[in-house]
Amino acid sequence: MQTLDQTVVDAPPGAVKPRRAPGVAGFSRWRAPLSILALLTLPFLLPSQALAVNVLIYGLYAVGYNLLYGYTGLLSFGHAAFFGTGAYVTGIAIGAYGLHPLLAMGLGTVAASALALTVGAVSIRSRGIYFAMVTLALAQLVYYAALQASSWTGGENGLRGFTVSRIGLGPVSLDILDPQVKYLFVLAFVGAALALISRILASPFGAAIEAIRENETRARACGFDVERSKLLAFVLSGLFCGLSGALSAIHLSIVPLDSLAYHTSGMAVVMTLVGGAGTFFGPFVGALVVLVLEDVFSLWTPHWQLALGTVFILFVLFLPRGLWGSALERLSFRRRQS
Amino acid sequence: MTSAFAALDLELIAMQLFSGVALGAVFVMLALGLSIIFGMLGIVNFAHGNFFMVGAYAGVFVMERTGSFWAALLVGPLMVGALGLLVERFLIRPLAGRSPDDPLLLTFGLGYVLVEGVRILFGSDGLPFATPEELSGVADLGIGYFPIYRLFVVGVVALVLVVLWYGLERTRLGLIVRAGARDPEILRVLGIDIQRLWLWVFGLGIALAALGGVLAAPMRSVNPEMGNVVLGEAFAVTVIGGMGSLMGSVVAGLLVGIVVSMTALVAPEMASIAMFAFMALVLLIRPQGLFGKPGLGV
Repeated sequence: MQTLDQTVVDAPPGAVKPRRAPGVAGFSRWRAPLSILALLTLPFLLPSQALAVNVLIYGLYAVGYNLLYGYTGLLSFGHAAFFGTGAYVTGIAIGAYGLHPLLAMGLGTVAASALALTVGAVSIRSRGIYFAMVTLALAQLVYYAALQASSWTGGENGLRGFTVSRIGLGPVSLDILDPQVKYLFVLAFVGAALALISRILASPFGAAIEAIRENETRARACGFDVERSKLLAFVLSGLFCGLSGALSAIHLSIVPLDSLAYHTSGMAVVMTLVGGAGTFFGPFVGALVVLVLEDVFSLWTPHWQLALGTVFILFVLFLPRGLWGSALERLSFRRRQS
Repeated sequence: MTSAFAALDLELIAMQLFSGVALGAVFVMLALGLSIIFGMLGIVNFAHGNFFMVGAYAGVFVMERTGSFWAALLVGPLMVGALGLLVERFLIRPLAGRSPDDPLLLTFGLGYVLVEGVRILFGSDGLPFATPEELSGVADLGIGYFPIYRLFVVGVVALVLVVLWYGLERTRLGLIVRAGARDPEILRVLGIDIQRLWLWVFGLGIALAALGGVLAAPMRSVNPEMGNVVLGEAFAVTVIGGMGSLMGSVVAGLLVGIVVSMTALVAPEMASIAMFAFMALVLLIRPQGLFGKPGLGV
């Protein structure tokens, strides 16, 4: 991983710049623990506990999305399908079949991964610019399917009636209604996911997907199986987005139909880009900024999405590497100067 | 007895086929604009559905002021097309030379602004858009009675297609546009201001989407969210037809319209799913779409 970071830092100036900000060599081993430490402070910094939990859940959603967009270079506009599937399957497994919440969450995550395998297999056949359109259209398919299957999903009203108040873990029973317990419960999953993602990115597979992002033709010429790497990245991305959906079902005790909608897919894109695509912690920064923006603006105007759209346009125009990505870039520039 | 039923069925099928064509005509307008913009500028316009929605609202606005549907049909798309010119000039042009993902992301963000802008100006609730009186009622076509308005929509789209075809294939400007789609660099060497060409082509694509919006307004409900719904549909059509292929846009638009209305006849609850399933099927067989060439290009 260190050598990989080094090559990115040493890229000749003037070349087409990669989206991913240059990492700080040696930092990558500590990125997961440091991220978890940073996330531990959130409840003390944010005005409400619910907002902090939302940052965790949407941050994980964006991190999962970032695996595909930021690291593999595939711009998907259909990740709501995986978030929503994770949430719905978790909710149905608890509500209709009385499964243990943890088992239900596992089931939701597996279902989202399986869906990602299907959607990925279809959409990866389409190249370049088609990919965004195809993933969007396939996510619409899932949305309408959930709308029609209202006996399972509750249709337009969303899925209700599966409130989880206590989660039994062997001898202990977690009181999930206690905000602090809930935060730590969600953080445990988010932290485990971050450690796993850090490990994935540091593996040869992580290097392979970054090679595909930088130059697909060259990666193919180097002997990488580009299609399979992309598909695996897609499935892993769907898995983490599904897990975040499952967590959101536990958190909200309701799955709105909106969790499958275009808007939810768009949120992953916005958060990842605002934070910094292709950076490890950037998506959390993006989720934090977007959710706080929503929290603040929606206090005095119902039209907060006007601000969201404007901010997003400004980021695309002037700060395409996002907040975290630009900060890392500045940091590594200073290191090179000294 | 059986033949009577067959005749009835046939009439029903003909009716449904025709409403499929009318529905498809609107898809054609959407896909044409998307395809023209992509073919020339290499941009996937994620605000396309929202420009369609803004077109419907511009139609409502003009109709309220003038009381004339014809003014709405003409002025509405022009207004939205002018907005498209501003977007190209001040938002998209600065992104020249960056990754093709950037204009896509920018237009996606623009979608939020357009939706909220319309909510602020016209309110969040849907607006009624009555079928103009001179076009309401039904016409007997021998095989059955068809709503005149839908016939009118098909007629307008056919007219637009003829004008576009003539403009692209038979005029000097059309020649320049086609050359620009194939090789902008050479065109620039020949002394043609490609920047200005892109500007007008983008405006044209947006105006086509807006015209689709005005035409569809009496058939769909007009609300700020309609654009996001339509975007997925427009993408499905464009992917089926092949991106950048005008022929593909027309064939796929009509085909999808017919698939949707035929599915509605057999299993109404599957109608909204049908077009996306159809798209997935086409992708599995021909990833580049029915008329597209492998890879990128017109």
